[in-house]
Amino acid sequence: MTARVGVVTFPGSLDDQDARRAVRLAGAEPVALWHRDKDLHQVDAVVLPGGFSYGDYLRCGAISRFSPVMDTIIEQAKLGMPVLGICNGFQVLCESHLLPGALTRNDSLHFICRDQKLRIENAGTAWTTDYSAGQEIVVPLKNGEGRFVADEHVLDELEAEGRIVARYLDVNPNGSYRDIAGITNAAGNVVGLMPHPEHAVESLTGPNTEGLGFFTSVLKQLVNA
Amino acid sequence: MARVVVDVMLKPEILDPQGQAVQRALPRLGFTGVADVRQGKRFELELEGPVDDAALARIREAAETFLANTVIEDFTVRVEEEGK
Repeated sequence: MTARVGVVTFPGSLDDQDARRAVRLAGAEPVALWHRDKDLHQVDAVVLPGGFSYGDYLRCGAISRFSPVMDTIIEQAKLGMPVLGICNGFQVLCESHLLPGALTRNDSLHFICRDQKLRIENAGTAWTTDYSAGQEIVVPLKNGEGRFVADEHVLDELEAEGRIVARYLDVNPNGSYRDIAGITNAAGNVVGLMPHPEHAVESLTGPNTEGLGFFTSVLKQLVNA
Repeated sequence: MARVVVDVMLKPEILDPQGQAVQRALPRLGFTGVADVRQGKRFELELEGPVDDAALARIREAAETFLANTVIEDFTVRVEEEGK
């Protein structure tokens, strides 16, 4: 049985097609999900893609968070369904309170677009088992509001519980507290990531294929479940 | 119609790079003496009915769950007087 991985399209999503392509290259069946449809069409996992849903109006992810599809995703995520939020998807997960903290304007005020070196800190989440802890990868990063902020005690808790999934290496591109590029929830099924692994899955179009591991990891999780 | 104003500001401990950029630009334009700038959002809500306690309670709920992200922002709710 091929695992079905849903990718949500919100009005203003940009990277939904690339995310579906990454899912396909990883060996799963990508399923397009629509923001107004509460039905997840029997998917086993969900990717919330990058982009500018609802034009980033109000705050990034603030309006998408209340879309019908998110009601079901929040419910299922709490029951253990793997969910990966990339960039705008990470913002939606924070606005949904599935992940702590918030993503704010880059400290430089510039939109950053570059190939970014990361260190995988937690290789035990549903989306990172094909990496090893401490592994360094390079994937594209492109954001204007990617600066992860949270209270000191929340940051300490994330560190203590090993819930920082990835950190920026060499350069902190946006002023994220403690160089945080991605985090997970306590159960390890929900992961938010500011850089874009779905843009590093083919050597023709990406810097390398080092992003593919996020999508192959979840397949193993689903097969073993 | 009654108007209720919700002001949303980044919490003091959250860096406001937009406010800082505005502050840095002010002296270049000849506006000196401004020590700090914080940038926020103002929502004007026109109510269909009267502004009673129940209506204000609902607006506070909307502000807390939607208009502001209380992880990083504070908000205030006030009724704008007639004739202003």
